[in-house]
Amino acid sequence: MSPLNFLTPLGKGVRLRLTGLGLFTRFFFMLLQRSSIVLKRPRLVSQQVHFIGNFSLLIIIVSGLFVGFVLGLQGYYTLNRYGSEEALGLLVALSLTRELGPVITALLFAGRAGTSLTAEIGLMKAGEQLAAMEVMAVDPIRRVFVPRFWGGVIAMPVLAAVFSMVGIIGGWVVGVLLIGIDTGAFWSQMQNGVDIYKDILNGVIKSIIFGIAVTLIALYEGWQARATPEGVARATTRTVVTGSLAVLGLDFLLTALMFSN
Amino acid sequence: MLTPPPNTNQPVLRLEGVSLGYGDFTVLREISLEVLPGQVVAMMGGSGSGKTTLLRAATGQLIARHGTVTLFGQNLAQADRPTLQSLRQRMGVLFQQGALFTDLNVFENVAFPLREHLNLSATQLTARVLEKLSAVGLRAAAHLKVSEISGGMARRVALARAVVLEPELVLYDEPFAGLDPISLGITARLIRSLSDRLGCASVVITHDITESFAIADHVYLVGQGELKAQGTPATLGASLDPYVQQFLHGHADGPVAFDYPVTSAFEAWLARTGTPP
Repeated sequence: MSPLNFLTPLGKGVRLRLTGLGLFTRFFFMLLQRSSIVLKRPRLVSQQVHFIGNFSLLIIIVSGLFVGFVLGLQGYYTLNRYGSEEALGLLVALSLTRELGPVITALLFAGRAGTSLTAEIGLMKAGEQLAAMEVMAVDPIRRVFVPRFWGGVIAMPVLAAVFSMVGIIGGWVVGVLLIGIDTGAFWSQMQNGVDIYKDILNGVIKSIIFGIAVTLIALYEGWQARATPEGVARATTRTVVTGSLAVLGLDFLLTALMFSN
Repeated sequence: MLTPPPNTNQPVLRLEGVSLGYGDFTVLREISLEVLPGQVVAMMGGSGSGKTTLLRAATGQLIARHGTVTLFGQNLAQADRPTLQSLRQRMGVLFQQGALFTDLNVFENVAFPLREHLNLSATQLTARVLEKLSAVGLRAAAHLKVSEISGGMARRVALARAVVLEPELVLYDEPFAGLDPISLGITARLIRSLSDRLGCASVVITHDITESFAIADHVYLVGQGELKAQGTPATLGASLDPYVQQFLHGHADGPVAFDYPVTSAFEAWLARTGTPP
């Protein structure tokens, strides 16, 4: 068999991926370039923050609480072996603010808000709503995509903060109320050990970057979706898969950058 | 915005020797037509004859391969983005399925172009939207969600939205498709009366002969990738051209073949399935 038979599809695949990446990057810059509408009509963004953020709030709170419970339990079992149960508060807080808060929130965000953004945009495309906007001399990128993008970018760190806060309360419920660790030790260890810049600020930066990545992927997939039921279904799936992988990949990269000495 | 003084002789939309297509495929060749202010022009043709492609050329969504498309005296191929935007503000488009924004209610759908392009006070805006909604008989439906109204009502809301900026040209893509006889009659009369009242030109893309002949001033018939015939409804009705005859009377036999032509791609597919040709 000729080696060309292997090379042709390989080359085609690489070229397609690269084109996709180029389009994605161009889409990102297009959104930034047309972002002036955010300042001119902030209501459009606040509506999206409400839509994206408020509707994800319940799932974030419930998940945060359970993650906090589990952290409290597992942390206690491990710390107990070394007789340092008082450090449970510190362990729960660091795990949440540095890693679990931003990462799990972003994963849930991709599943809850990301999919709904992709499906909404895909169906708007299928119903000719984006084309209708364009012939009305309204730029759909500016009017539809930009407010949703900033809505997601703003909502994400707030949701991550809520997740971490509820998680810490969950850890406290298990550690202090159920197991009986000294409440003073729990909070004072946390207060001493958690650094505002190194831990909290880095966590916030992470969640902002995840917010940008997930919202951008969700909007891009909706924009590129084929305007059929099958096309929208595929795009929605791709949002979750690509979004989650991007979050985990970026998390490793950011952790390596932020927490290395 | 630069609005030239209204000149009744200058066509609102003019196509000269226009060819249109997607990719390797040419849908229409050598199309020339003219739409004058205040005129209702019907663009007729069978399904897949390229009527919607023609509409996309008129809105600047599709650039002509050959020839020129002139909208309000501007060559669309040379128009930059801001020019195109200002030209588009002077026309309204009614999409086949209405293309209403599903996240907004009826009132907000009609208010959308006003909110985007004009700086009206809340009272002015409400008055204007309700006026357009009463013109299509849906003033009392202003509060309803798009999901709560019927297909015929959605078409009328879309009509109100298309004319809310009082455009000089309105393009209707299949306004009669899928409507019951009553809604169909109402829509046809609305198109004519809106045209007469606002003095705007209307281009109606359709294959509904009775309704469009009743309201049109001029009819163009496209088929087989080209302009087949044109004239007033009366002259077209009297035409002896076999294509026109077949189209108007719906004969199965005539210049338009019943069978879809065999292509090499079909033959290749057939060979793969193992069926003898």
